[in-house]
Amino acid sequence: MAHIHDVLIVGAGGAGLTAALFAAKNGANVGVITKLYPTRSHTGAAQGGVSAALGNVEEDRWEWHMYDTVKGGDYLTDQDAAEVFAKETIEGVIELEHMGLPFDRLPSGKIAQRRFGGHTRNFGEAPVRRAAYAADRTGHVILHTLHQQAVKYGIAFYNEFYVLDLLFDDDGRAFGVLAYELATGEVHTFKAGAIVIASGGYGRIFKTTATAHTVTGDMQALIYNKGLPLEDPEFFQFHPTGLFPLGILITEGARGEGGILRNADGERFMERYAPTIKDLAPRDVVARSMFIEIMEGRGCGPNKDHICLDLTHLEPDVIEKRLPDIAEFARTYAGVDPVKQPIPVLYTAHYSMGGIPTTLWTEVIKDENNTVVPGLYAAGESACVSMHGANRLGTNSLAELIVFGRRAGIASAKFAQTYKPHPLPPEASDPARERVDKILSSSGGESVSKIRKELQESMMENASVYRNEERLSKQVKIVRELQERYEHISIQDKGKLFNTELVEAFELGSLLTVAEALVHAALNRTESRGAHAREDYPERDDDNWLKHTLAYREAPGKVRFAYKPVVLGRFEPKPRTY
Amino acid sequence: MRVTLKVLRYNPEADRAPHWESYQLEAEPTDRVLDLLHNVKWDTDGTLTFRRSCGHGICGSCAMMINGVNRLACKTLVQNLDTDTITVEPIRGLPVEKDLVVDMAPFFQAFKAVKPYLINDDPPPERERLQSPEERAVFDEGTKCILCAACTTSCPVFWVNGTYIGPSAIVNAHRFIFDSRDKGNGERFKALSGGGGIWRCRTAYNCTEACPRDIPVTELIEEVKRAIMVNYV
Repeated sequence: MAHIHDVLIVGAGGAGLTAALFAAKNGANVGVITKLYPTRSHTGAAQGGVSAALGNVEEDRWEWHMYDTVKGGDYLTDQDAAEVFAKETIEGVIELEHMGLPFDRLPSGKIAQRRFGGHTRNFGEAPVRRAAYAADRTGHVILHTLHQQAVKYGIAFYNEFYVLDLLFDDDGRAFGVLAYELATGEVHTFKAGAIVIASGGYGRIFKTTATAHTVTGDMQALIYNKGLPLEDPEFFQFHPTGLFPLGILITEGARGEGGILRNADGERFMERYAPTIKDLAPRDVVARSMFIEIMEGRGCGPNKDHICLDLTHLEPDVIEKRLPDIAEFARTYAGVDPVKQPIPVLYTAHYSMGGIPTTLWTEVIKDENNTVVPGLYAAGESACVSMHGANRLGTNSLAELIVFGRRAGIASAKFAQTYKPHPLPPEASDPARERVDKILSSSGGESVSKIRKELQESMMENASVYRNEERLSKQVKIVRELQERYEHISIQDKGKLFNTELVEAFELGSLLTVAEALVHAALNRTESRGAHAREDYPERDDDNWLKHTLAYREAPGKVRFAYKPVVLGRFEPKPRTY
Repeated sequence: MRVTLKVLRYNPEADRAPHWESYQLEAEPTDRVLDLLHNVKWDTDGTLTFRRSCGHGICGSCAMMINGVNRLACKTLVQNLDTDTITVEPIRGLPVEKDLVVDMAPFFQAFKAVKPYLINDDPPPERERLQSPEERAVFDEGTKCILCAACTTSCPVFWVNGTYIGPSAIVNAHRFIFDSRDKGNGERFKALSGGGGIWRCRTAYNCTEACPRDIPVTELIEEVKRAIMVNYV
């Protein structure tokens, strides 16, 4: 089947739905493809808040937010992107409220705001209340509010469609998508004046992750396989507080409300690592501090293998009213009542700072000269506009979705006006059909779940919170071997209807591809910056590495690097202490 | 511990009717039913088909009937079930597409029918609309809904009456009816009052018991009924 839209969006989380709404408001006929239902998207799992210098509780300024974002990113953040972001998120949050978003409220009737890691007043003086929130389900209400608006605007959805290929014309303009419909097993053709990628991250390359089973980097892998670059894939965030041992997210808002991390001695150890803002230091700093505490024998529990998040000194009402979901997670999955006992936590794979490189207007670029790929846009976690640099601050991702999702909607709708229908040769869909047939007809005997498990466990061991040359070199080899084994996978379900085993096979292919970019780039970057911590190169090296990585796939296992300068400006790189 | 997982399976490409299949598994008491389904799919039978995504009760993908009760597979631990035989069936009242996957289109159709979005045509102020914490609290419960369909597909009226919009749609209507910023009640009451509307509810309470988010669904339905009566009578 063939479908035509002015703007076609891949992904229906916060960035995709925001882009869809703004493209529609700008006159475009919009279609949204998602491999799930929109409300299943992983934006809904975000908990603690969305950042904006509203100043509702205390004085705040966008310049302070911009500074925190740049410093939080260990100065790899592009400062033009951080400026756009810190200014426009204020309007973005107000717009969400106008759409009906049920924020928690202050007695004055204004949107309530809480503290979050790395967000400070007056350039690092003390924590500031900047995170607008709805209890600990802020992502959930953002996703649902945007979905409600999409219903209002009659946006066309193609639910449970998996994208297999992107189509480019001879001039390099993106004009189409081929997607596999789960319900029927048919490959559909979509033609569009502009395409927006908003398909989320790839946390599932790691064993312990807060991300959904479906967070598998499919579009990053597709882009990278097409010879387009991924920017800064070596920077991957581990959230300090995943519920031990499952890795389910326990919001940083728990510390924003006064929660304290303690080691086996009951010590508030963050006082030693970040004397000014302590437990509210950025996530990379806290995750590494926890790692060191455990390595030095001060981990909690009989195996000394985790850390305790203590909320027992908080008023029970604060826990039940402002943190109800995480309290329930602790009770359901860990059998712990956070009102009475500390919650066992450990760092958990959470967010990819890197992704598909874009301009400030979300146009996908293909090289260090910012050459635009016409007709192709990207926003949200799948993109790298580089506003997060080497480490993202909590609550900045929900804000990113609305700021850059909106820009993607506006820019793509405008570009789509120049659309002229492309003739589509019948063989255009052959590569996509071949991807389906190859897996369905293979009898190679390798197992998708076994390869995936080996990938996830080895990535955790060799490429997570701390890295070094030896382990990364080993992981480069492991990923390549797993890719070779992947060529010989076979599956049991040969049917056409709801073949989720086939989709899992596609997703594993994506995971192996993005893992390759990550480990090669991590081995290549011989410094420590933000979330990328090298034991063998413990210092940040601005002379050689104040630049973005662009990773190109020349062949499987063969990666070429180019570099893009960091956009500096208002804030000179300084040592990063908290 | 050793558990028996019995799944009601149906593949329209191969089966004439649904049938039970049993799997013997080693399980930890803290395993989720979703973990057991994954173990079968990943180690034994790749054709076993179900929806899932987040794995911790927020995305709403994996509602199924587990030991006769609608629940999320990712939020139900083996130790919660007090038995070593676990039965899993698709949620009822929606057409089964394959194994535990049902056609959700009628469910979302009912959701859309109640105009589940803020209706207010006044030009918005420059900053946020003001709302007191008390006004916000009135509709808090409905904002927790994850559209998993556990409530609607536990409702006996929904099972037998093909047109009833069901508890989930009413919960989502409640979320806006009681929002001080919303002005769309006239339109919404109309959508709720027709033949397939709220008056079909027989307060069986199944919905409240099924909700994995602990939303007091029946209570919210009664509040909507009262609001309609006060405004119409």
